[in-house]
Amino acid sequence: MNRITENEAVDALKHGDVLALGRAADAIRRARYGDTATFLIDRNINYTNVCQNECRFCAFYCKQDDPRAYLLSTDEILAKCRETAEAGGTQVMIQGGLYPGLGLDYYLDMLRAIKREFPQLVIHSFTATEIQHFAKEAGLSIRETLLRLQDAGLASLPGGGAEILDDAVRSRVSPKKISTDDYLDVMRTAHDIGMESTATMVIGLGETMEQRIASMARIRRLQDETGGFRAFIMWTFQPGHTALERDGEAGEKVSAIDYMKTLALSRLFFDNIAHIQGSWVTQGERIGQLTLGFGADDAGSIMLEENVVRAAGTRYDMTENKMVRLIRAAGFTPAQRDTEYHVIRKF
Amino acid sequence: MIDNQQQIAATRKKAVEGGRLSIDDALALYEDNDLLFLADCARRAKERASGRSVYYTVNRHINLTNICSSNCPLCAFQVEEGDARGYVLETDDIARILESAKQVKNLSEIHIVSALHPSKSFSYYVDVVKQVKAALPDADCKAFTPVEVVNFSKMTGKSIREVLEILRDAGLDSLPGGGAEILSDRVRQLICPKKATAAEWVTTMRTAHSLGIRTNASMMYGHIETVRERFEHLATLRAIQDDTKGFQAFMLFPFHPAHTKLGEEYHLTRVGAWEDLKMMALSRLFLDNIAHVKAFWIMMTLPIAELALQFGADDLDGTIGEEKIIHAAGAKTQTGITKAKLQSIIREAGYDPVERDTFYHAISSLPH
Repeated sequence: MNRITENEAVDALKHGDVLALGRAADAIRRARYGDTATFLIDRNINYTNVCQNECRFCAFYCKQDDPRAYLLSTDEILAKCRETAEAGGTQVMIQGGLYPGLGLDYYLDMLRAIKREFPQLVIHSFTATEIQHFAKEAGLSIRETLLRLQDAGLASLPGGGAEILDDAVRSRVSPKKISTDDYLDVMRTAHDIGMESTATMVIGLGETMEQRIASMARIRRLQDETGGFRAFIMWTFQPGHTALERDGEAGEKVSAIDYMKTLALSRLFFDNIAHIQGSWVTQGERIGQLTLGFGADDAGSIMLEENVVRAAGTRYDMTENKMVRLIRAAGFTPAQRDTEYHVIRKF
Repeated sequence: MIDNQQQIAATRKKAVEGGRLSIDDALALYEDNDLLFLADCARRAKERASGRSVYYTVNRHINLTNICSSNCPLCAFQVEEGDARGYVLETDDIARILESAKQVKNLSEIHIVSALHPSKSFSYYVDVVKQVKAALPDADCKAFTPVEVVNFSKMTGKSIREVLEILRDAGLDSLPGGGAEILSDRVRQLICPKKATAAEWVTTMRTAHSLGIRTNASMMYGHIETVRERFEHLATLRAIQDDTKGFQAFMLFPFHPAHTKLGEEYHLTRVGAWEDLKMMALSRLFLDNIAHVKAFWIMMTLPIAELALQFGADDLDGTIGEEKIIHAAGAKTQTGITKAKLQSIIREAGYDPVERDTFYHAISSLPH
């Protein structure tokens, strides 16, 4: 099948039929994965909510002198890892704000301690934004920073922080955050040292369809180069308690049709990325279950802890039993996977 | 195996072309579980029935009382007489509701469904209809499910026909489609043993239609019924409609198990959105003689109702003011929605919003 061009993709988002896109995406998904639908059990650990980036779409961050500000110690993080391992989790996703002046050793010590105490947990942690911040503060190159983190136990990078990879959008919603090129450069370097990652996109930030597709095209081009993206994960902006909402710039919430079209299109567009994840955490279990029919082969994580989306007023509780039941009720075979998307348990 | 494949291919072809499905056809498509294929077929069927139009109405729900003698295991709304949570709306209460309803621009319908109160007389209900029509002569009064009508008949010793005639003469315009649940006495024994039987429900609808009273029809699924019983239920509705043409719209009620005895006893969970939309599409395909299928957003949540317009639904129902029965069973949807929001959902789905009255006549809103 010929690769979908950017123009075709823009046209599909603007004028395409959600069912036609969904059926085409479903055909590809079924050819690759049959009736298997995977999920992960992990925990998000947010080591700090202090962030100097002050992104306008974020409801989680605060300033250092804010009474809500916190920074987790290594012991506190280890306690959370212990609970994760005991609950059958296979991964921790550690992410935090850009805390000024913390020093690279804080992160390296954290990683080494986790690997020492819980060697069975895969550390899938730190977004490109954080990596850039660590490197700047340590006066090291991105490569050297990643190598040190890798040596301390970091296995792979989550794709967060991409939002829309278009600097016109970024300068409006997150002017201090990592630029498009720098995000891609961190990912390129990570892939180059054998550290794989996922890729993400957040829609509903007031971007045009052209900007949305430009963002996806940048990821597709880098994937052609490196092959290091395991999955593409797209979700919708959650406006609650954010500066964009306060300033009246949040706009209409992304509709279910728009979300489903973009999801299906991402399966068609990313002929070079293996996995497409439905965002049960932002869309809820009802839309989440339906994503399995619109091209998604993965349901993301049963998160034992999640703070960032929750700060924006969106909260959906998910358990293994519920996830298994909902996947089965859609006619799929539920399977727990690990970070690298290997199936480790079928239900 | 090859026979099976040929069989399902033939059934799928029938679904695409809009041929009448047998119960076995519907079961085969259900098992085939090709959700978006079913959606595609159902959307064609919707467009054959109602073109580019998707309807909504500006209405107001009134639940007169929650005190009920029926004590159905499926229900989270009813309480027994003497319960502190019990309420009955009296003339003054209703007058207040109607006064606020009068403030609603273009209000086209008052929708009244209630519990089977053990001691309220039939004249109370007749008077409510008169009061509604006196206060809002231009609004349609859609009131009393067949279950209530059967109860009026038992209470008064009058026939169903007589009861319906009295209500019609008081101003009743149409009947809602509720209380059908699953029209199987095996199922009803378990979920609502004291309520109108399947035969009584059917008789009431046929009688109403013969009197020129149009009605809706419904199905409540996702409890202890089998999938075959769902399609047998739809076949019953389709057969009535072949004879009477009296059903205007069909709606699906997914069972909300929270706070119900039935949910607790059978450890039921709310079926997922996949099942909701699959049943939506299959209902549209099976009920080839009912023009309208509602996506009752209050049951489905708005995002799913929005998607349901791609699965054969052509009606988002109303800008419901206040609804108590479904919310008592744990529905977390908001209780009201603006007209602008409904219109934008319909446009985004690629259809033309049409504000309607009870009888699916378009209401032309004057510019203001």
